[in-house]
Amino acid sequence: MNPQTIPIELGGMLDRYRQMLIIRNTEDLINELFAGGLVHGTTHLCHGQEALAVGLAAALTPADAVSATYRGHGIALARGMSPHVLLSEVLGKSEGCVGGLGGSMHLADPALGLMPTFAIVGAGLPVACGAALAFQTQQLPHIAVAVIGDGGTNIGAFHESLNLAAIWNLPVLFVIDHNMYGEYSRWDLTTPIEDLSSRANSYAMPSSTIDGMEVEAVRAAVTEIVDGVRHGQGPYLLEAKTYRFSGHSRSDTAPYRPEGELQHWQARDPLTLARTALLAQGASAADVDRVESEATQLVRQSRASAEGAPSAPLNSMFEHVRKA
Amino acid sequence: MSKLRMNQAIASALADAMADDPTVVLFGEDIAAAGGPFKTSEGLQARFGSRVRDTPISEMAFTGAAVGAAMHGLKPVIEIMFMEFLGVALDQLVTEGALMRYLSRSAYQVPMVLRASVGSGTGFGCQHSGTQQNWVVGVPGLSVVMPSDSHTAYGLLRAAIADPDPVVVLEPRMLYGVRGEVDLSTAREIQIGQSRRLREGTEVTIVAAGRMVGVALASAEQLAQHGGVSAEVIDLFSLHPWDEAAVLESVAKTGRLVVVEESSLGTGWSQAVVSRVVEECFTQLKAPPLRVGAPDVPVPFTKELEGRYAPTVDEVVLRVRHLITHNALLRPWWAREEITA
Repeated sequence: MNPQTIPIELGGMLDRYRQMLIIRNTEDLINELFAGGLVHGTTHLCHGQEALAVGLAAALTPADAVSATYRGHGIALARGMSPHVLLSEVLGKSEGCVGGLGGSMHLADPALGLMPTFAIVGAGLPVACGAALAFQTQQLPHIAVAVIGDGGTNIGAFHESLNLAAIWNLPVLFVIDHNMYGEYSRWDLTTPIEDLSSRANSYAMPSSTIDGMEVEAVRAAVTEIVDGVRHGQGPYLLEAKTYRFSGHSRSDTAPYRPEGELQHWQARDPLTLARTALLAQGASAADVDRVESEATQLVRQSRASAEGAPSAPLNSMFEHVRKA
Repeated sequence: MSKLRMNQAIASALADAMADDPTVVLFGEDIAAAGGPFKTSEGLQARFGSRVRDTPISEMAFTGAAVGAAMHGLKPVIEIMFMEFLGVALDQLVTEGALMRYLSRSAYQVPMVLRASVGSGTGFGCQHSGTQQNWVVGVPGLSVVMPSDSHTAYGLLRAAIADPDPVVVLEPRMLYGVRGEVDLSTAREIQIGQSRRLREGTEVTIVAAGRMVGVALASAEQLAQHGGVSAEVIDLFSLHPWDEAAVLESVAKTGRLVVVEESSLGTGWSQAVVSRVVEECFTQLKAPPLRVGAPDVPVPFTKELEGRYAPTVDEVVLRVRHLITHNALLRPWWAREEITA
């Protein structure tokens, strides 16, 4: 099929598949750079969680304010950050989104509606409530979105934030990216309930649990929910079941996983599911191949440009601490 | 010129700031309908409606909400009823709010103000009587101020609200009911990072903040009247950043430094002041710097013991007089009375 004649819906699906590939390829590269000792510090990959990032972002506008976590490469890229800017940040380059001062855990761009990603579990929830309060007070049509992991539902900030959002009827969507592990602990060792969305019941808040592995299903569900949140129906708690294919961070090989669990979930790899869906919807193998090679090409070019970018200069550590 | 209780001066500063700037909003526990437990926002909800909100007892949520609202166009002023209640929300202030500018290369700003009542003297016991200034002083990106009367309470709060970065205002709760002049024209000139010299002197520089400014002034008066000691008194109403230039200039002149503060000596802001003075005025010092502060203990409840916790005029006068006479330190009362070292 010629790109000019691809139906709009199929074009959107291809775009989202491309975004997921860019996330996967960029994170594969980040992992490779870390493994090769080319990057300082640590990193947290979202392999297996790409469909949620992309499906969620597809339902938002750039003016909506998103708070995400230290596992934030996927959300940042899905919100529109370029792989060059993200890789530059991870590599400590001045062309990174925080000038190389933040690193992998701290990605930000207000133009993309991305608050600095939060490296403290649950910390982005109250801040998202504040963004929503600002939108509500200024009568702006934007919403705030707080993305957390399953582990984030056990910290006090989660409960305080849901309660506050409920009583103030704030335009905020809370999203639990339930990847089954809170750091090194399987969720059922730390949490006594099956569906984390049921926690919304304590706050008389609507909620649902969805499969987070199918990008089009995520997009459809989030689009409908966001419409309600945006139009005065108040906050919403959405739980998406995903799976963290990697360990918690760079140094974690996840030896604690039950045997066969990873393989079970890899059989539902969101990229494979998206590819299959595209072909089933009538995309040609050539279209899919083209998107795959575009993503590969973009990440390869971004690596070269990020590696070639200047390092953060010495004076930059003294800047932006308070207003100059 | 008008005479206002400090809580009235605070309410007045909030009202004036809200009238001047529609993005200023207030929230906190019992601040709206009830006007605040210390009556620092009395009448504001009636005047400004939903811009003044009561919150649940959720310091973490509403402190973080102030951060997020400040990043998106509002200027929130929040109230932490007792400074100790900030313990559950410290992350939102120091690890999130104070770092959002840095983590976005100034693309996000956090013009929020966190007011908290501090200090001993009320008989509220050890969980409602501390200053805890050391939780917030020294955090990069965060300013900390402490008024000493109605005038500085008004001026510092207006300066804090106008500041593009987060500011903590520590309000000595013993002063809420104390009346004082508020000169609006000069109060609006007060800036974070400044200090004010309340008394000129030649033999010793006494630096104090908050409720201890009154103690320092009364001590200086006694020292002048009974013994002819000439003491200079500086109100260090901004604890971070603090007015190094004014303190160094004064000590260069007097040759002696005394710092009076309500915090425990092990945690006090006076440590930073003494360090800088020793670094910069070493050869001009005629005597070791003297720190008059509280012992490293929780604030006791009983009236008699609580009265001994924070420095008193008698204690300051005794030790400053010894410093002037001998150019040496007299140990604090708990050491002199051989209770503890």
